[in-house]
Amino acid sequence: MAWRDDWRRVRAIARKDVTTELRAKAGFNSVASLGVTILVLLGLALGPDADALRNAAVGAVWLALLFSGVLAFNRSFQVELESGALEPLLLYPGPRWTIFAGKLLGNLMFLTLMVAIVVVAGVVLFGVRIPADWPPLLGVLALGVVGLVVLGTFYASMASRSRAREVLLPLLLFPMLVPVLLAATTASKALLGADVMHEAGAWIRLLVAYDLVFLTATFIAFEHVIEA
Amino acid sequence: MISSSDQSRDILTARPPRTGVWPAFVSFGAVIAAQAYAILTSPAEGDMGHLQKIMYVHVPAAWMTFLSFFVVLVFSVRYLWRRRENDDLIAASAAEVGATFNGLTLMLGMIWGRPAWGVWWVWDARLTSTLVLFLIFVGYLALRAFTDDAQQKARWSAAVGAIGALNVPIVYMSVKWWRTLHQPPSSPATLDPRYTMGLRLNAIALLLVMIYFIRRRYEIARLERAVEHMAEAAAMGGQ
Repeated sequence: MAWRDDWRRVRAIARKDVTTELRAKAGFNSVASLGVTILVLLGLALGPDADALRNAAVGAVWLALLFSGVLAFNRSFQVELESGALEPLLLYPGPRWTIFAGKLLGNLMFLTLMVAIVVVAGVVLFGVRIPADWPPLLGVLALGVVGLVVLGTFYASMASRSRAREVLLPLLLFPMLVPVLLAATTASKALLGADVMHEAGAWIRLLVAYDLVFLTATFIAFEHVIEA
Repeated sequence: MISSSDQSRDILTARPPRTGVWPAFVSFGAVIAAQAYAILTSPAEGDMGHLQKIMYVHVPAAWMTFLSFFVVLVFSVRYLWRRRENDDLIAASAAEVGATFNGLTLMLGMIWGRPAWGVWWVWDARLTSTLVLFLIFVGYLALRAFTDDAQQKARWSAAVGAIGALNVPIVYMSVKWWRTLHQPPSSPATLDPRYTMGLRLNAIALLLVMIYFIRRRYEIARLERAVEHMAEAAAMGGQ
């Protein structure tokens, strides 16, 4: 039952990360507050015209997610490094990809909470009108967040151990996320406007393909990257 | 699997490769000849006049950009597979040269776009994806600059190079759906026959320049690595 053992390792790492965050809370609170702050600043820079704000809402929310998310990813490895815990983690028996999967799962839970706060704040601050058929919007958001977390966790495993982690992670991550940003914002805008052009479907398929491609690629590459 | 000490001995004892002066003369001579041929033989274009002649550097430079990033992909994957230091150094050299050609493509495109379209920049598919490609490889080069350990640098940049190259078609497709304005890309197939020979010759000339640049950059990287290994050996008590 090898896969069952692997799954237990993944859960143990994810639970450890989430517990650490829940006990400290400072990390989550500051990252989520930063997300809301970025939204406020964007509102001030782009407003006060209500229509202009409503048109810019999707883009503003996604930028706030990218800029605050990037801090969360570095944290998840930095916490390990500060307490010298990464080496022992690597010494435990079992395949290395379980470490990546565990970190991924932990970051995904962390980001989901943060996304909920930032999106609600964005809807309120930018006066977004939620259509009656809202579940596809949540789907787009989820697919986009998965893409963000997969590449964010992967690049953070390197950037957090380099000399310039604060600059390096966004520099590596943001250009890679261009398809996610384009697909998520265009699909969300289309769905908010009742998708008269029927274009959301193609963008959603692109997001699914992107997530699958990079989930596979990062799982393969992580083995090479995490070696001490 | 070769251990790291074997690798460093290989690099230390192997005579550093040296490209002489003549490849520089050949490659740059080819560029001068191809440019002269293209400029002298091609008539003024209907809409753009002599402005069209930017194409003879702009288009081949764009091809060389993609070609050198393909080299990065191949040698990154090969490094992860075989773990030979040379593959890493070739990938890094190709990335630097590719970024240079990428920058050249963007600059020339803007100089061409200003009179042709009336603006320096448009958010068109080909322009935007070329710019994103440039940013991806700026990240690759920054990662190399900010990592000290040679093996870590090699493994990390190989992973980033391969995954970055994987993203190129996805970026291109997504930006294309997002917006399209650029004329269909110039290639011998879309071109008036009076312009094709000049374009082909210039592509070959720039290919020679690209190979020459990558080779020289690789030689320098080998020498730098050899110096590092010698300094390490000296610090460990000498050999």
